[in-house]
Amino acid sequence: MGVEGIGARVVRKEDRRFITGQGRYVDDVKMVGMSYAHFIRSPHAHAKVKGINSAEAMKMPGVIAVLTGQQIVDDKVGNLICGWAITSKDGSPMKMGAWPAMAPETVRFVGQAVAVVIAETKNQARDAAEAVVVDYEELPAAADIKAAIKPGAPQLHPEAPGNIVYDWHLGDEAAVKDAFSKAANVVTLELTNNRLVPNAMEPRAAVAHYDQAEEHYTLYTTSQNPHVARLVLSAFYNIAPEHKLRVIAPDVGGGFGSKIYIYPEEMVALWASKKVGRPVKWTGDRSEAFLTDAHGRDHVSKAEMAFDKDNKILGLRVKTHANFGAYMSLFSSAVPTYLYATLLSGQYVIPAIYAEVIGVYTNTTPVDAYRGAGRPEASYLIERMMETAARQLKVDPAELRKKNFITQFPYQTPVIMAYDIGDFHASIDAAMKAIDYAGFPARKAKAKASGKLRGIGVSCYIEACGIAPSKAVGSLGAGVGLWESAEIRVNPVGTIEVLTGSHSHGQGHETTFCQIIAERLGVPISQVSIVHGDTDKVQFGMGTYGSRSLAVGGTAIVKAMEKVEAKAKKIAAHALEASESDIVIENGEFKVTGTDKSIALPMVALAAYTAHNLPDGMEPGLKETAFYDPTNFTFPAGAYICELEVDPGTGKTSFVNFVAADDFGRLINPMIVEGQVHGGLAQGIGQALLEGAVYDDTGQLVTASFMDYTMPRADDLPSFQLSHTTTLCPGNPLGVKGCGEAGAIGASAAVINAITDAIGNNKLEMPATPDRVWHAIHG
Amino acid sequence: MSTVKLTVNGKAVSVEVEDRTLLVHLLRENLNLTGTHVGCDTSQCGACVVHVDGRAVKSCTMLAGQAAGSNVTTIEGLAKGDELHPMQAAFRDNHGLQCGYCTPGMIMSAVDIVHRHGGKLDEETVRHELEGNICRCTGYHNIVKAVLDAAGRMKVAQAAE
Repeated sequence: MGVEGIGARVVRKEDRRFITGQGRYVDDVKMVGMSYAHFIRSPHAHAKVKGINSAEAMKMPGVIAVLTGQQIVDDKVGNLICGWAITSKDGSPMKMGAWPAMAPETVRFVGQAVAVVIAETKNQARDAAEAVVVDYEELPAAADIKAAIKPGAPQLHPEAPGNIVYDWHLGDEAAVKDAFSKAANVVTLELTNNRLVPNAMEPRAAVAHYDQAEEHYTLYTTSQNPHVARLVLSAFYNIAPEHKLRVIAPDVGGGFGSKIYIYPEEMVALWASKKVGRPVKWTGDRSEAFLTDAHGRDHVSKAEMAFDKDNKILGLRVKTHANFGAYMSLFSSAVPTYLYATLLSGQYVIPAIYAEVIGVYTNTTPVDAYRGAGRPEASYLIERMMETAARQLKVDPAELRKKNFITQFPYQTPVIMAYDIGDFHASIDAAMKAIDYAGFPARKAKAKASGKLRGIGVSCYIEACGIAPSKAVGSLGAGVGLWESAEIRVNPVGTIEVLTGSHSHGQGHETTFCQIIAERLGVPISQVSIVHGDTDKVQFGMGTYGSRSLAVGGTAIVKAMEKVEAKAKKIAAHALEASESDIVIENGEFKVTGTDKSIALPMVALAAYTAHNLPDGMEPGLKETAFYDPTNFTFPAGAYICELEVDPGTGKTSFVNFVAADDFGRLINPMIVEGQVHGGLAQGIGQALLEGAVYDDTGQLVTASFMDYTMPRADDLPSFQLSHTTTLCPGNPLGVKGCGEAGAIGASAAVINAITDAIGNNKLEMPATPDRVWHAIHG
Repeated sequence: MSTVKLTVNGKAVSVEVEDRTLLVHLLRENLNLTGTHVGCDTSQCGACVVHVDGRAVKSCTMLAGQAAGSNVTTIEGLAKGDELHPMQAAFRDNHGLQCGYCTPGMIMSAVDIVHRHGGKLDEETVRHELEGNICRCTGYHNIVKAVLDAAGRMKVAQAAE
């Protein structure tokens, strides 16, 4: 490892601009002649739009246009798409209703846009929006799963009778039935995975510009995947062909999944920029983020696990209802199916698994992937089940897990996934040692003496990330391939530009990716720059989500580097009159092994571009590209243990310790990896203790601001104690897994298991607020 | 419309704004100081914190007119030329930021916290004092570390002066 190579805790290159206020986010972009958009949104969860009167608004100062849903339909802008086709158990395709960018006839969730005002200033647009009169005919609403599936429920879309999008299954029902018939013990569990609002700190925004002479659009947008945005806007929404549309995602202030999707506002901004002949800016406020950013989770599940007389798991049966909200968002259909049920084996040998998932429409904000996406729901279910089983079987929860761990790899689960490698004993042992698991009973007794209820909770998660092998996901219904691309440009002076299809919105790619180059070439990272987030610069890319940037995007960089190095070695060998096979790369120099002959990288690069003395037949230049398609998912895994105290008088929970032992394979920059884990843990703990999107019976989101929705704050969280165990991923040359989602996947169960252990009552739902905990203690 | 005269990052400015303009919008829209961010609409998140006459203020809670005659420092005015403020350096060195969006407000709040508590800061105090600044990326772990680290650096710097 060099000082800036793989494994070094290099401080981030990108930080200087952020700590000095020089970051450039979408709302910082200004254009000459820019106008401002403000959306008019439905206050009702379900209503017919009878008419929109904008006459008064048009008379107000600065108003340029009021554009409606009917106009966007008339202009043949496409409906929003869902990119993953799921087939129900009866063989029928999923049943989807149309989602126009602005509703021309019917609104189906509070906050859905019906019209937009374009004005000279932001305030003028906002003022005029107040003067637009929309005539609604209210309809009854179904605000949650239960209300949507009961007989006689309000119907959202005629295409989806009973509000059912699909009724899907995975696994072997007969084998599970057989397993349960042989069981010595059966453990059952019903639980809810609470709905969350992603709340990246930067609200979504768009600046759209139409160049009339060139018939060309430019869109600045808060996206995790600008090329995917361009593809969808072109191929499905008919905004412009791809060569006439440039999408730029500059600095983006967090995503967590919520900025994967191509939302109505970006579409409308582009469409409106041509209509009004002016650049159009829209910047969402936090209230709009609560109402319109895709929400996460929202499952209701029933699970049963069968054990033999030796406490070995025989089978698992799960039935889950998943809330999709009012429309099917871009990847929503895959989240409770192929990103959820495929992980229900957890870290355990479970010979037979059968899962049923019923996707349901409700009059709420659409739900899609949020940090972890399906895997937190699976992990929470399995890990609460293991804890529940240990208590019912009267065995230690850690021991029950160890008894059932998968120890042989590769391991084919009964639910598609083939785990490539792992060492689950190593991670739980590390976590148990870190928290002094053996000493817990004494600490619990001591706490009891001072009137506190102390609990300990284990969670052993596994996830599938590094999304994903294109052929495999294609066979399961995905509409896209999930490879990544990279381009390496060695400039004539030897500096290097790495163009990547991955997108950094906090992950630190500008540092980590440089470290990969530094490791291979021995050049300082100051000589390398990372270019991303602009469809005019980067050839193509699938973007950043599903903890894929390093395992897939990083591997694409390695593949491109291999080509660069191969060509550079040929040039060096030619210049040094040596055999190509004798050339080694060290400290930025190409050396003839065993001699003192060498040539520095800048001289090789210069030779490539002057082209005065290249090997016969070689093209000039030193620039290579690669498209890398992974052969499998990667499988990060680990063990989290939480120790906490509950005050029985108030129901308030206080952390004593939270330890994490993760296996992410090789770490490129441990400092950045730890930061990713911290953030993930905070979101997992937030789900367990604080966060929950609450709708009332009429479909009003009552937690629609930071005053009402409890975001984790500094004094809600402990400092974390992290450690790593390592099994190198055999599926990619870096040996890396993914670390971005692990914390959010594994943390919730550890917290709830600890609280239920403390209070001696397993009936507790998330978020475990003091009120809920108090009632669980006192009945 | 009114004319608001104030000092921003050491420079006297005179700005014509609508009376309802918030300080944050004057800074961002009129002065193009886009380092100060807007993360919410209920004065909860702290992304917009600046210093007004030396004290941390959420610039979304203050009308531009209320800042007339004041001395305002934003994140752009914290470093001395190329020399980072110890708090900025501590955030970088402790990986106290990820997406960077909450960072300017976080740093401005943190400087004020150290000023008010002097050398008596501990983890619990820092966590309590940061309650008005929301970060979604870091889980606060490294932010807390950075603030404590910077408190030490600022004490050393002060002693040297």
